[in-house]
Amino acid sequence: MTSDPSDRSGRGARFALARPSTRRRWLAANAARVAWGGLAVWCPTVANAAAPSAAASAAPSGAPAAAPATPAVLTRRIPSSGEAIPLVGLGTWITFNVGSDPRARDACAEVVHAFFAQGGRLIDSSPMYGSSQPVIGHALARLGRPGALFSAEKIWTGDGAGTAAQIEASRAHWGVPRFDLLQVHNLLAWEAHLPRLVAMKAEGRVRYVGITTSEGRRHGEIERVMKTQPIDFVQFTYNPVDREVERRLLPLAAERGIAVLANRPFREGALLEALRRHRLPGWAAELGCDGWAQAVLKFIVSHSAVTCAIPATSQVAHVVQNLGAARGPMPDAALRARIAGDIAALV
Amino acid sequence: MSGASTTPAAAGEAMARWLEWLGDLATYRPGDFLMFSPRTYWRLFELHNEAWWPLPWLLPAIGAAMLAWAWRGGDAARRAGALALAAASGFVGWAFMLERYAPVNWAATGLAVLWGALCLSLLALAASGQVRVGRGGPRRRAATVLVFWALLGQPLLAPLAGRPLAQAEVFGLAPDPTAIAVIAWLLAGSMPARGAVVWAWRTAWALAAGACLIGAATLAVLDEWQAGVPLAAAVAGLVLARARPRPPGVSPGP
Repeated sequence: MTSDPSDRSGRGARFALARPSTRRRWLAANAARVAWGGLAVWCPTVANAAAPSAAASAAPSGAPAAAPATPAVLTRRIPSSGEAIPLVGLGTWITFNVGSDPRARDACAEVVHAFFAQGGRLIDSSPMYGSSQPVIGHALARLGRPGALFSAEKIWTGDGAGTAAQIEASRAHWGVPRFDLLQVHNLLAWEAHLPRLVAMKAEGRVRYVGITTSEGRRHGEIERVMKTQPIDFVQFTYNPVDREVERRLLPLAAERGIAVLANRPFREGALLEALRRHRLPGWAAELGCDGWAQAVLKFIVSHSAVTCAIPATSQVAHVVQNLGAARGPMPDAALRARIAGDIAALV
Repeated sequence: MSGASTTPAAAGEAMARWLEWLGDLATYRPGDFLMFSPRTYWRLFELHNEAWWPLPWLLPAIGAAMLAWAWRGGDAARRAGALALAAASGFVGWAFMLERYAPVNWAATGLAVLWGALCLSLLALAASGQVRVGRGGPRRRAATVLVFWALLGQPLLAPLAGRPLAQAEVFGLAPDPTAIAVIAWLLAGSMPARGAVVWAWRTAWALAAGACLIGAATLAVLDEWQAGVPLAAAVAGLVLARARPRPPGVSPGP
């Protein structure tokens, strides 16, 4: 069954379908939390896998907290540069592909607004994602081009000579002077594109280069590229039930100093759909999780080699929840194993 | 696989990468090619109907009049039916596939080409004057049911499925009811006896049935129960198309 990835719960659906005045009242009621999140972009780095234990809770679970008690968004450093980015970013596959629908575009703009207000930075997209790029551009234009943006785009063309043209088209959609990260999407013609991206990086036209895959595909070739090419980022699927990358790719990324973006954290909503009918286990409260989405994201970003998870959503309530996973205590290795086991038993 | 040399090691590596790529192909499911949410898909029709108001009300009425006339037989009526369907197909290809659907589905550009080809096939049939409308029989009855469905029934699927009527799929604006109407018209007629127009006839059949199957596949991946509608229309049309049509002027018998 194909689930709408933006429809995780009845609450979220009702929020998304609520009138703008209703959503504004919600945001006003949570303004303190939103403002604190916006001020807390630069926060202490999460340096290694020895994350705080579940018993050391710095964030209240459940209900929103007053401003002073809301912990800062946790970050992790990009190995090649030391730059810190928040543990949770924003994906745009399907959720931002809304075409010319003005209502949906404005809803996506509100999601991006809430994303930045909560301390988010990295937004990931691709030419493959239909109209997601111009919708991102629409959102960024409405917000006045937030300076905190970390733009992550992809090259997706089998034409090895088409690198520059596609990048320029993507840049025009976003309305940014340059991208922070350019990735070869699903390794398509990487032999032609990657050298050009590396050259662009040397010229200062992009800050980082990388490659992507998803759903466990072409891991052999991903490994070969990670071992032989000067990439800064690698993106692949990682979540509590898709853990193949723990065997080789995550350790290799740590070994080679390559930042990791984790896509499909919720399996496009299917994982949360399967978990929704189950009560949260006791460890979720210890971690300050207000739902399965935060539990899943904390599992992912607590791996020491993961730099950022990029869940996609078209709902403000969900992006607030997602960034909430980048706050507070993180599970240690033992609890991570327990989380994975519990979730695997439930789906 | 660029850069492959003739050394055994390089050839082996190239073969390993090719096999890995083949293996990955097998992991793809239809849902992996779905780029949009159900909400986005159905909003396409709402925005389309809104943009082309009042065509959502006019086109089914015009289509019904043209096709009812075509059902009565006669050269002018047959040509009018073919021309109406050609215009509808061309409009769907341009206004819906290219202008509305392509921004959210890069495959829609190719679908627009198919609808353009269907338009040309129907124009060729209209110009040939060789298409006859059969009298009575199961094909004619099935065609009548299909055309009524395309014009009146398909739009009602929206409220039946719990969506607003504004998201109705309308003949001449949306692909599924238009393709079903084309199948109905083809089913009510008989294949031309000779000449290049035979290929126009077969092409029209293939494209109309193909459009229904593509619509069914899209709806199935969206997990929509109404995927069965265009699928049933395509299957019924193709099965009944093999039945010999009763020639015009021949009575059904005792």
